[in-house]
Amino acid sequence: MTFDYAPAPESRAVVDIAPHYGLFINGKFVEPRSGNYFKTINPASEEVLSEVSEAGQADVDAAVSAARKAFGKVWGPMEGRDRAKYLFRIARIIQERSRELAVLESLDNGKPIRESRDVDVPLAAAHFFYHAGWADKLAFAGFGDNPQSLGVAAQVIPWNFPLLMLAWKIAPALACGNTVVLKPAETTPLTALAFADICQQADLPPGVVNILTGAGETGRMLVEHPDVDKVAFTGSTEVGKAIQRAVAGTGKKLTLELGGKAANIIFDDAPIDEAIEGIVNGIYFNQGHVCCAGSRLLVQESIQADVLAALKRRLGTLRLGDPLDKNTDIGAINSRDQLTKIEELTESGEAEGAQRWSPACAIPEKGFWFPPTVFTNVTQAHRIAREEIFGPVLSVLTFRTPDEAVEKANNTPFGLSAGIWTEKGSRILWMANRVKAGVVWANTFNRFDPTSPFGGYKESGFGREGGIQGLGAYLAVEDPS
Amino acid sequence: MTERVEVRKTHKLFIGGAFPRSESGRTYEVTDSSGTFLANVAQASRKDARDAVLAARAGTTAWAKATAYNRGQVLYRIAEVMEGRRDQFIADIEQGEGVSSKKAAAQLDAAIDRWVWYAGWADKFAQVAGSSNPVAGPYFDFSLPEPTGVVAAVAPQQPSLIGLVSVIAPIIVTGNAVIVMPSPVHPIPAITLSECLATSDVPAGVVNILTGAPGEVMPWLASHADVNALDLTGIVDAGLAADLEREAAGTVKRVRGPKPDADWSATPTVSRMRAFVEVKTVWHPMGV
Amino acid sequence: MTSTALDYSNADLRALLLGLPGVDQIGAEGRVAMLGTRSIKTSSKVFALDLAITMVDLTTLEGMDTPGKVTALCAKAVHPDPTDPTCPSVAAVCVYGDLVGVARSAVGDRVHVAAVATAFPSGRATLPVKIMDTHDAVAAGADEIDMVIDRGAFLAGDYLKVYSEIVEIKQACGSAHLKVILETGELKTLDNVRRASWLAMLAGADFIKTSTGKVTPAATLPVTLVMLEAVRDFADSHGRRVGVKAAGGIRTAKDAIKYLVLVKETVGDAWLTPDLFRFGASTLLNDLLQQRQRMTTGHYSGPDYVTID
Repeated sequence: MTFDYAPAPESRAVVDIAPHYGLFINGKFVEPRSGNYFKTINPASEEVLSEVSEAGQADVDAAVSAARKAFGKVWGPMEGRDRAKYLFRIARIIQERSRELAVLESLDNGKPIRESRDVDVPLAAAHFFYHAGWADKLAFAGFGDNPQSLGVAAQVIPWNFPLLMLAWKIAPALACGNTVVLKPAETTPLTALAFADICQQADLPPGVVNILTGAGETGRMLVEHPDVDKVAFTGSTEVGKAIQRAVAGTGKKLTLELGGKAANIIFDDAPIDEAIEGIVNGIYFNQGHVCCAGSRLLVQESIQADVLAALKRRLGTLRLGDPLDKNTDIGAINSRDQLTKIEELTESGEAEGAQRWSPACAIPEKGFWFPPTVFTNVTQAHRIAREEIFGPVLSVLTFRTPDEAVEKANNTPFGLSAGIWTEKGSRILWMANRVKAGVVWANTFNRFDPTSPFGGYKESGFGREGGIQGLGAYLAVEDPS
Repeated sequence: MTERVEVRKTHKLFIGGAFPRSESGRTYEVTDSSGTFLANVAQASRKDARDAVLAARAGTTAWAKATAYNRGQVLYRIAEVMEGRRDQFIADIEQGEGVSSKKAAAQLDAAIDRWVWYAGWADKFAQVAGSSNPVAGPYFDFSLPEPTGVVAAVAPQQPSLIGLVSVIAPIIVTGNAVIVMPSPVHPIPAITLSECLATSDVPAGVVNILTGAPGEVMPWLASHADVNALDLTGIVDAGLAADLEREAAGTVKRVRGPKPDADWSATPTVSRMRAFVEVKTVWHPMGV
Repeated sequence: MTSTALDYSNADLRALLLGLPGVDQIGAEGRVAMLGTRSIKTSSKVFALDLAITMVDLTTLEGMDTPGKVTALCAKAVHPDPTDPTCPSVAAVCVYGDLVGVARSAVGDRVHVAAVATAFPSGRATLPVKIMDTHDAVAAGADEIDMVIDRGAFLAGDYLKVYSEIVEIKQACGSAHLKVILETGELKTLDNVRRASWLAMLAGADFIKTSTGKVTPAATLPVTLVMLEAVRDFADSHGRRVGVKAAGGIRTAKDAIKYLVLVKETVGDAWLTPDLFRFGASTLLNDLLQQRQRMTTGHYSGPDYVTID
């Protein structure tokens, strides 16, 4: 007999999913004027969780108009200290309802409950706490003595961290006095709808936060709406470019947080055991559905064999399965579409001559799953070394010298994040100075904090979220020239 | 005694610290405010833009490595060199814009002072725009602004010198290189400035000046994959500005939009410097 | 193959130990924190509790120890839960050298008898005294010797002295198994824990053990993680499996299960045996027993339903 872990499922009883949801406009759930609905499923079982509304043009107009009115009459004129108190309220409610939100997130997204419980939801609450405190202190943030709100913010977020991305968007927008219309991703609307309920529970004035569910077309209508002052988007580089084109010439303030192909660089003097954890956390966290994932492992050639052996051994301990099981490390791929993309890219990796490896692991019959995968013999020219896979797939490349590591790390149109593993402090700073990435994790990976600005270089987008710098995305600064 | 035959100037471009003719061989005539011929000026082409990007990439790579203290000194040196060419600048502005010599002198003073203002920012901006971030964990976490890289800019039509300096200085002080298109109608002060830059300590390629038509050249820069950002301050045609922004989306360039109503006499804010930096955040554990 | 003091110079040892990969403390702590969230329920908890009981070195190391105390402890070691014959025995009793005879006659060959030797707990004695201490214990019937390393020599960089002492004590042990106590609470850094682990394994340790229990902190999860990584890597490179004993400060079944998770996910199931993993503990056993009763009876137990020895 061996020491195996018995199933330890988190209870679903804490969530109460309605069979049907309207749109959250002007403080109320209303049926869509479009008359269209779509279903959201649990990607781990393909079970239908609920039916949600698809916002059309009339719904977008109504939501923007509600946000405009709330901005002009209530939220804009409100004292910062009062806005702060609403944000503090929201933060507290998120904490109080954390278990419910975590289960809901895992059901709708497929991510392991350990991550939604220990990462997504606590960080979402932390973002509201952090930004609540800014609401009445904006004059101290370095954007002039009298920084002004922008107005109505149109926000479109992805499906990989649904509630957390909502918090990254809504908390700073509200703290800076803007009102918002937010569209969650098509496949993960449920925590955003729960957040709408939280807004009601907090007695947030109607129209300050509006939630429109829908797909890409709803998002397009929202960002192109003429009465929107600010557009914030997190998602693919492809869609980001389309949005940048769409807002060109409108004067709308734009921030984009797009894709990445981060290098995780392991030097021969790295703390190897922690580096292995960093590699695992870098690419297998959240099934690799992370824009800043460390998807390119750049390992110094002299230790490649040892690192790969240790990594493979470690991957053998990863537990793939039921996202609600507290011991699950790898959950479900968020959608069939995404699974198809991952499969297509990994097949190209094999076709181009890279070597594919996955640990033996049982794949559940229903739902969308992909085993943790490592590609070796990868070169810079391979698609799997250049394109964002957004799945649990690691491409291993080697380097010989620090200069070469920098060159390879930077040899990509992306520039969101990078990892550096070495016990030599001066080398860390030398490398950090040279890699073109908005976030550099040295001897750690995938850490996030509301005080720490996040965002990319180059085609990974522009603008920062979080920290004092992130406020600049939601403020108008008096600027004579 | 016969009157001396004057030596007329044919001004060239300023790329990579050198003064090449336009690759296209084209020039255009610049006149003063009353229509009298002033000089022939090179009319930049798309290939000149391409060359300028190469020069600017090399320029920012070296310039970004200079210490902030050094960059400040280099900018201050530009002010010093300009002081030595006061008469020429005043004449350039006076003739070109048709203003009084007093007004021209005032514009020159402001332009020199603007260099001094930005020179002082070189070793302070990172302290204002950067931060140490008190994250909830055993990590030292700090954020610093770094140069975006290569910025293509359009200076305002007028005022021809202070507008130009006010666009260039905040771009380069943080370590970027700029490819700037000065006022096509009043390009002479920009040419004089390039002569100052060539004889100051600004490394080659950090400032590149392309005279000519923004409508012709800027689309190539807006779509060039090795340009990181656009400063459209001097673009008057809203349609052109929108087109350039759309082109910029191809590689997700940072864009600072047109500012036709800018007040160049006011003390600037830090927002122009902020527009062309990337905030880099570094995390490191604190353990033993 | 036995190690001798002539295998290495101090410079060799220094180069070898300082050439080991560093340990990032925050990363190691993060790893154990993540593993600490493993949820061990129902059938796996039943299995884990029994496994943990079989791994306990039931210990009394007090100045006030008497033959009576040791005899009672031995009875408990053999039959931890007298009300339940299905309850397994612990791995060993662990006592001072002068009480080894008492312990051995009490347990017979039903559990191992471990003796602390080498001027436990400080280790501050000359080598001949330490060797004599070891000989005495083995002669009295100890089949396991828990020695302490000279932390002063280690911290002073005299690795050869530490190494040589372990080699000598290993020889003095004869067929008895040698557990080498690193006293990680005095080594302070995880880098030192990794180096001391390697030094002890190179010198011939059968087990490496965290602590004497007399220094705070004693066993911790990060320290144990680093020691487990060391035995894993040593087995890979030297082909010999060395055990790990976490001793001191582990008081609850919940804690013990966290250690078992750590073992499973660091070195694998092969180490989940009393031959390769031990808990040095006294009060831990009663909590394991109470939790065991909770699992077998379905209700919570109380301190009066387990014996106090």
